[in-house]
Amino acid sequence: MSTAVVVTGLGVVAPNGLGTANYWPAARVGKNAIGRLSRFDPGRYPSKLAGEIHGFAAEEHLPSRLLPQTDRMTRLALVAADWALADAGLDPRDLPDFDMGVVTASASGGFEFGQNELRRLWRQGSQYVSAYQSFAWFYAVNSGQISIRHGMRGPSGVVVSDQAGGLDAVAQARRQIRKGTRMIVSGGVDASLCPWGWVAQMAGGRLSTHDDPAVAYLPFDARAAGHVPGEGGALLILESADSARDRGARVHGEIAGYGATFDPHPDTGRGPALARAIELALADAGADAADVDVVFADGAAVPELDRAEAEALNAVLGSRAVPVTVPKTATGRLYSGAAALDLATALLALREGIIPPTVHIEPDERYGLDLVTGQPRVATLGTALVIARGDGGFNSAMVVRSVS
Amino acid sequence: MTGTELTLDELRRVLREVAGADENVDLDGDILDTPMEELNYDSLALLEACGRLEREYAISLDDALDSDHTPRSLIDLVNRRVAARV
Repeated sequence: MSTAVVVTGLGVVAPNGLGTANYWPAARVGKNAIGRLSRFDPGRYPSKLAGEIHGFAAEEHLPSRLLPQTDRMTRLALVAADWALADAGLDPRDLPDFDMGVVTASASGGFEFGQNELRRLWRQGSQYVSAYQSFAWFYAVNSGQISIRHGMRGPSGVVVSDQAGGLDAVAQARRQIRKGTRMIVSGGVDASLCPWGWVAQMAGGRLSTHDDPAVAYLPFDARAAGHVPGEGGALLILESADSARDRGARVHGEIAGYGATFDPHPDTGRGPALARAIELALADAGADAADVDVVFADGAAVPELDRAEAEALNAVLGSRAVPVTVPKTATGRLYSGAAALDLATALLALREGIIPPTVHIEPDERYGLDLVTGQPRVATLGTALVIARGDGGFNSAMVVRSVS
Repeated sequence: MTGTELTLDELRRVLREVAGADENVDLDGDILDTPMEELNYDSLALLEACGRLEREYAISLDDALDSDHTPRSLIDLVNRRVAARV
């Protein structure tokens, strides 16, 4: 029988709140954090809205040594890791180096840092390119910097699967803990709100071009026309249930089940494979469809993808059988941070018995989903299902459960 | 404007700008003969600092990292190269 793996710490860096104490009250009431880009002037681009984190002054949280060598996403990740460790009541200096690892997800790496160095290369010459570009752009750098800063020498790595990454990384962390590592920092933080990141995302063809935050990102709405990007995410401290119990740690919940599939080639005619990922996650958790109390959906806001997600949920759980919500409608899609933040939100929802709402949408009844909109919904919650999909065919599902 | 002589204060400025400063290190103290590693500047920080010094003093420091440095040895190296500038 596999070791139970639990979450003992959360560190949230989100457009609607820096830190869990700021994030959860905002998420609970569906406070919108999507607005016109201010980090750079989006005037020339068809997409102009983003979920930005305002008021993050890295120099207030991090030593000056780390600032020249880190992209914004790494700064946010380092701070989120600090907060997660504090929330878990863990000081890495108290644990043996090889007992701790870091497995994060990343979708874009350090885009803004890389853009600045490319600009220097082309405008001034190669002598002006920072030596730190050698790692500051790299997808694994969040794992690396967290690991170096805290002396965490155990199994570590990065998972790159677009917006499914947040679940895939936590699943990998769970595998490592089951193999014997005592504690893993996991989750994902992304930030690519810079011109180079922006054109890369626009090239994917999924960005909304609406200028009004109230109608720009509408999953499961008949008017769905793409998503709004955001920055941020969450980091989670994972350990075995035994380890948490032995040190008297407060447990947020259990990572009870996980399933992942990859869509077949469109030409095969076999259709998307999300339903199978959900079934695998439930089986892994030893749970039935009837056990699921709430779904945190992927919410792509591309009509065919919304349909695929609704069909998968209805096929496995039954139409309108379970409340479904997409709190990322208030923040935008956070890439590798999206599912990590959804996991954190699910754990907070389970603890408080409150489902945060999906904002802005008028649910299209044809999807056959019971969407939580407008107000938060009070409910008895013991088991949550989190869905995350990545561009290209990644489907991931994770079951999180309260621990009594 | 190209620099003509590197002083310890100037080196401190460059180090702070390219690599920050460790909270536990008194960079303004007596550091002339303290190994860079002890000041918590690793090889990448030095690479970055040397790149800046190369540009500001119009010299080459390609081989600078072949040996370990203290502020004194780095300052001496830079000023030797400046003096040899054609």
